[in-house]
Amino acid sequence: MISVKHLVKHYRVHSRPPGLGAAVRSVFRRNYRTVPAVDDISFEIAAGERVGFLGPNGAGKTTTLKMLAGLLHPTSGEAIVAGHRPAARERDFLRSIMLVTGQKQQLLWDLPPAETFELNRAIYDVPRAEFRRTVDELTELLELGPLLGKPTRQLSLGERMKCELAAALLHRPKVLFLDEPTIGLDVTMQAGVRSFIQDYNERHGATVILTSHYMDDVAALCPRVIVIDQGHITYDGALDELVRQIQPEKRVTLRLSAPIARADLDALGGRVLSLDEAQARLQVDVSSLRGIVAQALARLPVADLTVEDPPLEEVLAGLFARSRMAAAAGRE
Amino acid sequence: MSGASLEAHGARREGEPAPARILRAMPSLFRVGFASAIAYRAEFLVWVLATNMPLVMLLLWTAVAREAPVGRFGEAEFVAYFLATLIVRMLTGSWVVWELNFEIRQGTIGMKLLRPIHPLLVYATDNLAALPLRALVSLPVAAIALWWVGHGQLASDPMLWIVAPIAIAGAWAMTFCATSFIGTLGFFWDSSMSLFQLWLGFFFVFSGYIVPLELLPAWLYDVVRWLPFRYLLSFPVEAMLGLVDRDEALVALAIQWAYVAAFLALALWTWKRGLARYSAFGG
Repeated sequence: MISVKHLVKHYRVHSRPPGLGAAVRSVFRRNYRTVPAVDDISFEIAAGERVGFLGPNGAGKTTTLKMLAGLLHPTSGEAIVAGHRPAARERDFLRSIMLVTGQKQQLLWDLPPAETFELNRAIYDVPRAEFRRTVDELTELLELGPLLGKPTRQLSLGERMKCELAAALLHRPKVLFLDEPTIGLDVTMQAGVRSFIQDYNERHGATVILTSHYMDDVAALCPRVIVIDQGHITYDGALDELVRQIQPEKRVTLRLSAPIARADLDALGGRVLSLDEAQARLQVDVSSLRGIVAQALARLPVADLTVEDPPLEEVLAGLFARSRMAAAAGRE
Repeated sequence: MSGASLEAHGARREGEPAPARILRAMPSLFRVGFASAIAYRAEFLVWVLATNMPLVMLLLWTAVAREAPVGRFGEAEFVAYFLATLIVRMLTGSWVVWELNFEIRQGTIGMKLLRPIHPLLVYATDNLAALPLRALVSLPVAAIALWWVGHGQLASDPMLWIVAPIAIAGAWAMTFCATSFIGTLGFFWDSSMSLFQLWLGFFFVFSGYIVPLELLPAWLYDVVRWLPFRYLLSFPVEAMLGLVDRDEALVALAIQWAYVAAFLALALWTWKRGLARYSAFGG
C-alpha cells in the first residue's frame, strides 16, 4: 500500500546571527543553510498494517507523513501511496487518503460538526445512503450523538478530536495518517480514540500510520514501529522486538505483606530500583528472571508480583542515545 | 460498513469527468457557505457598516452640487450614483485575500489541500453563498433609492438592464480573481497584504468609489478607462444609471470579461507556482 524508496527532504533555511548589524546585512545578502529533515529513508507498508512512527521532536516524522499525504514534495527519492505518487495530488489519491492532525483541524469552527460532515459528503461525492449509514455507525462508535448539533467552538478538545476523526473517515480512506491524534486529550479520551482507530482498522482493513508522543498510543495500536531519528530510520520492526533489543531487562514489582531488609532484596540479584515498606522494584536481566522470581516467592513475604517491560520512553531514550553515539563515532 | 464497502467508496463513479462531480457538490457547498455567513452575522454587519464610504461621498458631493452641478452631476445624480455604488460594492466585495493570507501563514491551508477540490473553488462558493445575505442588505437600499431619486436617474435602455447584472457578476468575478491572485502571493511573500493595501488605494481612486470617473481630468479619465479598477465598480454603476450608451457598454463588458479571464489565469498560475513552493518549503 505504501512504498518508500530513498526518500529525502532537505529544507533551505534562512539563518543570520543576532544583532542589528546582522539584520541590516541580511537585507542585502541572505545566508541559507540546508537542513536534512529526512535523509534517505526506505520502507514498505502492506495494506491493513498499523505502523507507528517514533522519534524525538524534529526527527522527521511529520515531514515524512506530509510527504506521504502529498503536502510536501520530496527533494529526491520516491514514494508511492495507494498506487499514486503523492506529490501529484491526483483526485483519486486524495480520495484514498486522509491526514488527521491533533494540531490543525478541518471542522468548520462556527458551525456544528454535522455541517462539516455534509461538506465532506459533497466534496468526496459519497452517495447519501452510504453517508447516512457511515455517520450512524461513527456516531454510535464515537458517541457523537449530542455533539453533532453543537457549534464546533463549543466542543471540548476531546470532543473535537472525535468529530475530526469522524469527518476524516466519512469517505472511508484506504490510508489514514494520524499525526499526534491524542495530543492534549485526557487519559480516558486517549483510550477511546485508540480503541476506535484499532476498530476502524480491523473492520475495514485500512492502513494506519501514526505518530505520537504518547508511547501508550503506539504500544496499544502499532504492532510495528519505524523509529526515525535525525532524518534516518534507526529501527523498523516489531515493537516487542525493539524492546528486547534495546532493553533486554524486565521490571519486577513485588507487593509485600511485611517490610523486608535491603540486604534480602540485594541477595536476589538484579538491580534494585526502589524499596519501601509495601513494595520493592527490581530491574532484572531476562536470562535470570525465572530464578529471581522463584527465589523472591520462596524467601520474601510477597503478596503479589508483576513482571513488565520497562517503559517505552526509557527504551526509546536508550535507542536515541545509542544512535547519537554511533553518529558521533562516525563523524570522528 | 465492511472492507468491501471501503473499496466501493474509493471506486465510486470512477472515470466520471471532474466537472460533473463538482457540479453535484455545488448545492451542498452553497448551503454550508450560507450557514457560515449566518454564523458570522456579527462580522458581516460590521463589514456592511464599514462599507459606508459611498454614503459619506454621497453627503459630500451633494453638498458640493447644491451650489452648482459638477459636469452633468447635480444633487439627484450624485445620490443615484453613490447609492448604486453602495449596491454594487455590497454585491461584489470579497474577503478571500484575508482568508488566503491567514490560512497560508497559519498553515491551515494544508487541510484544504487534502480535499479533492480546488481550494479557490471552495472560497468562491463560500463568497457567493453569502450573497443572499448581502442582497438582503443592499436590495432595500436599492428600493429606497428608486423611490427617492425616481426613475429618471436609471438607465432607460432595456439593453443596459441586461448588461447591468452581467457587469455586476463580472465585477464580482474580477474582484474575486484579482484578490485571490494577491492572496496567493502569500505563498511566496510574507508581505502580500501590503500589496493588497496598494491595490485598495488604487481601487478607491480609480474605480469610481469616491468620485465618478468622468469627473477626473480628461487625460486621466482616458487612462483610467483602460485600467481594471473601472470594471470593478464604476462600469456596473454606469450601466445601471445609463451613464454609458449601448455600444460603449458592450465594449466595456467585453473588456471587463477579458480582465476576468486574465485575472483568473493569473490567480491559477500563481496558485500552481505558489503551491509548488509551499510544498518544497513546508507549511
